Amino acid sequence: MGQFLQQVLNSISIGSIYALIALGYTMVYGIIRLINFAHASVYMLGAYIGYFAMTYFGLGFFPAILIAMVLCTIIGVLIEKIAYKPLRNATRIAVLITAIGVSMLIEYGMMFFVKANVRSYPPMTGFLTKTFTLGSMTITTQQILILVVTIVLMVILQFVVRTTRIGKAMRAVSQDRDAAELMGIDVNSTISFTFAIGSALAGAAGVLVGVYYNSINPLMGMLPGLKAFVAAVFGGIGLIPGAVLGGYFIGAVEVFVAGYGNSMYRDAVVFAILILVLIIKPAGLLGKSTREKV
Amino acid sequence: MALLQKGWLKYILMLLVFVVGQVLVMTGILNDYLFATLTTLCINIILAVSLNLITGFTGQFSLGHAGFMSIGAYVCALITMRISTIPGFLLGVFAGACAAALVGFIVGLPTLRLRGDYLAIATLGMAEIIRIVFLNLEITNGAAGLNGVPQFVTWPWLFLFTAGTIHLISNFIHSAHGRACITLREDEIAAESIGIDATRYKVTAFVMGAFFAGIAGSLYASYFYFLRPTLFGFSRSIDILVIVVLGGIGSLSGSVIAAILLALISTYLQSFPELRMVFYAVALVVIMILRPQGLMGSKELSFDLLRNLGRSRKRRSS
Repeated sequence: MGQFLQQVLNSISIGSIYALIALGYTMVYGIIRLINFAHASVYMLGAYIGYFAMTYFGLGFFPAILIAMVLCTIIGVLIEKIAYKPLRNATRIAVLITAIGVSMLIEYGMMFFVKANVRSYPPMTGFLTKTFTLGSMTITTQQILILVVTIVLMVILQFVVRTTRIGKAMRAVSQDRDAAELMGIDVNSTISFTFAIGSALAGAAGVLVGVYYNSINPLMGMLPGLKAFVAAVFGGIGLIPGAVLGGYFIGAVEVFVAGYGNSMYRDAVVFAILILVLIIKPAGLLGKSTREKV
Repeated sequence: MALLQKGWLKYILMLLVFVVGQVLVMTGILNDYLFATLTTLCINIILAVSLNLITGFTGQFSLGHAGFMSIGAYVCALITMRISTIPGFLLGVFAGACAAALVGFIVGLPTLRLRGDYLAIATLGMAEIIRIVFLNLEITNGAAGLNGVPQFVTWPWLFLFTAGTIHLISNFIHSAHGRACITLREDEIAAESIGIDATRYKVTAFVMGAFFAGIAGSLYASYFYFLRPTLFGFSRSIDILVIVVLGGIGSLSGSVIAAILLALISTYLQSFPELRMVFYAVALVVIMILRPQGLMGSKELSFDLLRNLGRSRKRRSS
């Protein structure tokens, strides 16, 4: 039982990170129907920005995560403006290939500049090193931190999307871009704003992963990025609650397959779930299937 | 000029390429290093042409071609390591290709109902699953991989399989079945409304593409001596996709030209592997923004084209 609870705890930490990344995927997909492969690279950049802020500027956790979020926002918007905006009316495959290209450019460019070796985050200090024991469970402050940061960011996101003007614009554009434009919504700036929010969340996730796993490398985004996308598809792509649900589900699957089954197969199981979801219910768990119109 | 009819010319040209290659190999101008580059080039041509059949002509976006390649490579290696003879090699290539085609069929049948980017993600997931399975199987020796696969690939075999693949896929595209596939790419709903069985043709193209990717993998195993699951990751699929996209989505000759072009570039950038990937990435983005149809678009470099060019030049000069 103790081991089970411990696994639940671990899956919450990993699931939070997947959920944060999945939110960016799902929002971008909802608004321009694009699998933004570059999103995983932004997450990697976030981890590196946090690393440099902590190691070379000696900043603490909170300033580092804020800087990572701000810089990632800027990077995300730039990617959208430079690479995706010229292709607004191109075929979806063309945009998808561009996204793969941008992602490779960032990852291998980063490999060229900072080299491929693994770097580790500086050791945490102060209250971040504490661990608590609860019955037979051990909780680290980092795990609490991940959960708290994730919840705070999600509450802010929910607030922005549900109550502000720009959030309303986002929802309108994702429902029907042409109609939204006719109502006087500036579609381009709404799309940029979506990229900005998604990238900020990815940046935060990058720093959290750096602190939690304590090792980063230029290709660290590839697999978590794919898994976060699986999470978004699982919950129903384009839906914010779906991404959160999917993130925690994928986190749990991964931890439990590794804990009770064969850890070598945990990635295979995640992808098998993806293929099953796509075949059985392509709209995702929370999504409604739409009929094709001729 | 009955002798120089289109069909004849093609075979004469193929023979010429073969003889030139054979002479270069026999005189030793093509040393081991250059021959390795040539082998990579031919394997890439087979991969790109077969992916072009799926993505370019049938319009199904697949990101899992490396997965099929790895199946061909492992099956062929396991067979030739037990039967180290020429018939064993041929059996290995055939079995590798068939195994890849079989997996293509099993995966394709359910997932090809998905559209566009969903299919891309599903095939990507499939390739990852295949890679992880090879990583964990006993018979494939896990992450350490297979060592000491016997080497059978010589220029005649290389030429036979490359030219054969191009020839067969080109014939398929110009057949009624191939036209049905192209119709699906243009407009699936319209194609179905005139009685084309969408699933059947998509699966046919997918299985054929997987079959030839399996051949490419078998050749890889029989030349490069050793296999590891990491050789067939996501970036290998992207490599193939870059060739197809650069050459033109829906142009076989474009794929061949792009494969040659990229082989030259990557030989040049040999000592900077990161820069090579950066170059690929920039090439992808720039092509998509400036010329989304690729270098050749859907045009073919054929003798008809050359003849038409000559004719229009003559007309202009007269």
